Amino acid sequence: MSEPETIYGLLAEFGSCEALVAAVRRVRAEGYRDVQAYTPYPVEGLDEELGLRPTRLPWIVFAAGCLGAAGGFLMQWFAYVVHWPIDVGGRPHNSWPAFIPITFELTILTAAIVGFVAMLAANGLPRLHHPLFGAGAFARASRDGFLLCIRSDDPKFDRQATRQFLVGLAANEVTEVSQ
Amino acid sequence: MAWDAQNGPAETETPRDPLRPDPVLLGKHTLGSVTDRIDRLVLTEPTPRSWWGAFAVAFILVNVFLLAATWLLVRGVGIWGINIPVAWAWAIVNFVWWIGIGHAGTLISAILLLLHQDWRTSINRFAEAMTIFAVACAGMFPLLHLGRPWFFYWLLPYPNTMGLWPQFRSALVWDVFAVTTYLTVSLVFWYMGMIPDLASLRDRATNRLAQIVYGGLALGWRGEASHWQRYETLYWILAALATPLVVSVHTVVSFDFAITLLPGWHSTIFPPYFVAGAIFSGFAMVLTLAIPIRAVYGLSDLITVRHLENMGKLMLVTGLVVDYGYLMEAFMAWYSQNEFEQFSQLNRMLGPYWWVFAQVVFCNVLVPQLLWIRRVRRNPWLLFPIALLVNLGMWLERYMIIVVSLHRDFLPSSWGLYRGTIWDWATYLGTLGVFLFLFLLFLRFLPIIAAFEMRKLLPEVQEEPQ
Repeated sequence: MSEPETIYGLLAEFGSCEALVAAVRRVRAEGYRDVQAYTPYPVEGLDEELGLRPTRLPWIVFAAGCLGAAGGFLMQWFAYVVHWPIDVGGRPHNSWPAFIPITFELTILTAAIVGFVAMLAANGLPRLHHPLFGAGAFARASRDGFLLCIRSDDPKFDRQATRQFLVGLAANEVTEVSQ
Repeated sequence: MAWDAQNGPAETETPRDPLRPDPVLLGKHTLGSVTDRIDRLVLTEPTPRSWWGAFAVAFILVNVFLLAATWLLVRGVGIWGINIPVAWAWAIVNFVWWIGIGHAGTLISAILLLLHQDWRTSINRFAEAMTIFAVACAGMFPLLHLGRPWFFYWLLPYPNTMGLWPQFRSALVWDVFAVTTYLTVSLVFWYMGMIPDLASLRDRATNRLAQIVYGGLALGWRGEASHWQRYETLYWILAALATPLVVSVHTVVSFDFAITLLPGWHSTIFPPYFVAGAIFSGFAMVLTLAIPIRAVYGLSDLITVRHLENMGKLMLVTGLVVDYGYLMEAFMAWYSQNEFEQFSQLNRMLGPYWWVFAQVVFCNVLVPQLLWIRRVRRNPWLLFPIALLVNLGMWLERYMIIVVSLHRDFLPSSWGLYRGTIWDWATYLGTLGVFLFLFLLFLRFLPIIAAFEMRKLLPEVQEEPQ
């Protein structure tokens, strides 16, 4: 079987969360930048080790919530002040306290839905196929495997040298991931 | 019986530090074993015989529900025995009962997450499922009670040729928004929580169909560090959004009553009293479901006695808040010196429906006091009947609030008595069947315990000296 011309990257498997974090630190110190880690549960501090920026999701959710609140209130205000005012015993048309429950519900609804969609979009999901799914070792990422992948796009990537380097980091197994 | 081993006798074997709570995970587990344990239930283990038994019952009841709903559409809401003065009867009792049950699920998944209560992890998934199915059952009742359910969309603001808007100042329209938001947000929260576990099922499945279905549902989840970062951030945000939401939902439900002028309804204690009652009945339902599940599936190492005990404690606390609500209603009737309020309280206790009040006091005030005793909280054989009685008591409480307050209002000439008909029973039992049916399908086809959260918990638990 001939090896493919270009590969997606090299996948190294580590036995524990601590080993993975230590390996990530070494890989980053070595100057690799196109590195990703795969874990069976969210590992605290791993994002910082990988040099990931904090996510902007909270701001998106906040903006969506503000939009939901404004939209919800304005809808009711428009209905009862502009579009179809009803005089109920001379009470004000803009009876804002009565508009609060729906405004609140729409705030939460918009924030939650936009947050969920934004999370998926930022993660590039749904994406049903991915080169990593072809690597046998990858299935362990959803069980008990702690994996690290150095992409072949990385300027420092060299098929042999990087492989040697990863083996030297006490990885249980290093596999090539085809495109 | 799997649980006997971990009850009373186990306590006496090793003296335990009273300040250190029991572990939330028993036995020797590794990341792999926890995952396999949960995935196995879906993928390889044969379906338990008792599952099929329960499924048969649920299937029959689903058909009873369909029959009752069809007959209702043919004949109208009169088949329910409702009339003036009691125009809101079982339909609204059932609505409030079901929606209240849902609240414990959100409390476990959102509020306990925010409070760093690690014991929530093994029960949050099925409690959330319970929430969604309970809210779905709840939603049926106001819809069927509309009279012309096929015009349900009139409740929503949509551009229409009549140029009309729903009545946004009405608590009933608030209810529509609150309940649909609650259902949607709970569904998003539940599904999002399941994505990593669905990915795990996808990776473990050997059957082609299962690979395709779980693969599709997992949306291609890979467990990448940057994905986890956004995932966890959003999970906490959703929990923070769901927390005020769950309080708002039962508050709005209580507004359906509290903003009217009817004695027995028109009271400022209603929102907190309803929210506490909702959580009280919800925990009773979580226990009603958790105790059989851990026995049938042998999950007593993941759903431990500590979980049962904690739920017992929460039931006791919320039960006491409910009892305070009863007391305050009676006190305010006396203190206000309002003769209609006083009559409504006395009529509740001594009128034709005195037996409802007596049972409410028995089930919701007296029985939960047993939960002060540690041995009771830790014994599933005692907790289960207590939970069932609380479920019943909370149903009767809503019956007391709705039917008993309505049947004698300001005008004695329009007083009347109310009785549920066979169709009331059929619709109610039918929704119990719908709930059970959906829940059993969930138990069979989806991961019933949040596996990735258990994996996250595992190192933390094992660091503690045992």
